[in-house]
Amino acid sequence: MQPLTEVVSRTIVLRERNIDTDQIIPARFLTTTQRKGLGKHAFNDWRTLADGSPDPEFPFNRAENAGARILVAGRNFGCGSSREHAPWALTDLGLRAVISAEIADIFRSNALKNGLLPIVLDERIVDDLLEQPGVELRIDVAQRSLTLPDGRVVRFPLDAFAQTCLLEGVDQLGYLLKQGDAIARFESARDAQASQTREFRHAS
Amino acid sequence: MTSQPKTLFDKLWDAHVVTPESEAAPAILYIDLHLIHEVTSPQAFAELDARGLPVRCPDRTKGTLDHSTPTLPVTANGQRPYVNDEARAQVDTLRANCARFGVELFDYDSPQRGIVHVMGPELGLTQPGQTIVCGDSHTATHGAFGALAFGIGTSEVGHVLATQCLLQRKPRTLAITVDGELGPGVGAKDLILHVIGVIGVNGGTGHVIEYRGSAIRSLSMEQRMTVCNMSIEAGARAGLIAPDDVTFDYLRGRPRVPQGEAFDAAVARWKAFRTDEGATFDREVRIDARDIQPTVTWGTHPGQVAAVSAHVPGSDDADEAKARDYMGWDANAAVAGRPVDVVFVGSCTNSRLSDLREAAGVLRGRRVHPRVRMLVVPGSEQVKREAEREGIDRIVREAGAEWREPGCSMCIAMNGDIVGAGQLAVSTSNRNFEGRQGKGARTVLASPATAAACAVAGEITDPRPYLTTLPAPHAAAELETA
Ligand code: SF4
Repeated sequence: MQPLTEVVSRTIVLRERNIDTDQIIPARFLTTTQRKGLGKHAFNDWRTLADGSPDPEFPFNRAENAGARILVAGRNFGCGSSREHAPWALTDLGLRAVISAEIADIFRSNALKNGLLPIVLDERIVDDLLEQPGVELRIDVAQRSLTLPDGRVVRFPLDAFAQTCLLEGVDQLGYLLKQGDAIARFESARDAQASQTREFRHAS
Repeated sequence: MTSQPKTLFDKLWDAHVVTPESEAAPAILYIDLHLIHEVTSPQAFAELDARGLPVRCPDRTKGTLDHSTPTLPVTANGQRPYVNDEARAQVDTLRANCARFGVELFDYDSPQRGIVHVMGPELGLTQPGQTIVCGDSHTATHGAFGALAFGIGTSEVGHVLATQCLLQRKPRTLAITVDGELGPGVGAKDLILHVIGVIGVNGGTGHVIEYRGSAIRSLSMEQRMTVCNMSIEAGARAGLIAPDDVTFDYLRGRPRVPQGEAFDAAVARWKAFRTDEGATFDREVRIDARDIQPTVTWGTHPGQVAAVSAHVPGSDDADEAKARDYMGWDANAAVAGRPVDVVFVGSCTNSRLSDLREAAGVLRGRRVHPRVRMLVVPGSEQVKREAEREGIDRIVREAGAEWREPGCSMCIAMNGDIVGAGQLAVSTSNRNFEGRQGKGARTVLASPATAAACAVAGEITDPRPYLTTLPAPHAAAELETA
């Protein structure tokens, strides 16, 4: 994973609440066996008009939003399916941060593994940002802070481990693999107790 | 020796912590059972290949084919009618990966293949006290057995394949207590839709739910799975029900549980997986079962629910207005009476034998309304076999509905089973998001009884009259002689 220390960008806004991962990437595009190239299907059903042509009003189709790296969305963003294709599609569009008053658990976890920073802010601040698309924000990962257009600096919660992973580009699988001894000790302790582990293996 | 009373969740968590969490790092949690399917695993296996890693515990990993598999039978020339070559490639990729890494796959030729969350319990792979994960958010289903079961992303599928562990922060606990008796014709699906309506689609975010109370205890194992299945629809990653005799009776004799004395020993251990007297939850919600009516969704998320006898809200809240608009409702419209185009009975929420029996009970001796296309898709090969043994397939076909091969089908609509744009589907699945069942499709979530009643009526309707009155006598007579 590429380190992520700072994001400076204008915002792109989707005001809807409860934007689920079926909207972010509809299921019919999940037959892929790759991670790449999903950006072209992101928000597929919201991007096009009934006749299949691009909706010129949809934020991701508007010229002034090209290159925006920060998405601001209504409450409970990313609810629904656990498909990691959702953050893959968003990062493929160039996004590096999502701001909302609430972000669904699995989406948040998936996003962090892909260098996409989920930021939960106070509802009033998010409402302001939803009202004024296109403002420029500066996100500082080390400070866990965000600079608003009026110069105010607000802090956002970010798990210390997730922060380290983002700042240093630490790969979580690499981290887990280093714990191999602890995992092996856990397994043999359970085997010794003749606990579920053994039974499970007998049975299968 | 006295110890702090613990919740069921705490016991499950504590039993699987390899290293505890700290400020600097999440806990490492050991995973007992990892279920995989074709859609969310290929990129995870690719990651293993890129690093030259084996699967750490192939015996704890089980694969099935369900999401992109056709539900139409093999054609005359022996071909499976896949929706496209990518879908076929996905299935072939899982096959190849399972073969290379030594993972047991319940392939087409297996009499046990099924939707991942139907198959696991059926085989007895799912057991109390376990941690279970799958790259699928409805993994919460397995929580009905008192297992900590939750959906993960594909990166995490890779983590579990390689290390049998996950990095996790400990979630908070939410007790949902449902006391009282459910009315006649009111089932587990109505119960969970009602609960989501009460706590909201984000009501469980950050929490693991434990369902408690007399109404929960009185549910069968299959009904408990329906309840836990939809925990994610309230934002909770996992839902739990403490194991009891209903659980043990369900598991006894299943192929992958211990047998004989070993089973009794397992039961003795499983009994410890319950919330101790005096243990506290971070939050508690109480619901009176008598308030629950046959319930459906009217909107575009599973929290937008209404009793079948009620009305769509008329508020000018922007999201509600947008949902009404997408679904084609007028403000304050009556839910009942809306014409229906498609009815789907299936999915890991409601495709087990008892669900199909419930739908067949309504269809027996009746006809699906000419306006309606109805699909009945069993959750697994075993459900299909058992249903056919009981003649459910015949009832379904004679009513004019389609009887299909097992799979996810119209729940996620990625295998070609889709609802057309603008059509209204009454579906026993779990998600009514915009376009979930096909671009522009409109979904109303309902119980199997309600779905079948809607199919017969050709419009959204209360199922209860169909459960208490017998069909027209001539129809019943025909069936007996058939
Ligand atoms: S039936 Fe639907 S919800 Fe269940 S596993 Fe399949 S796609 Fe997911």
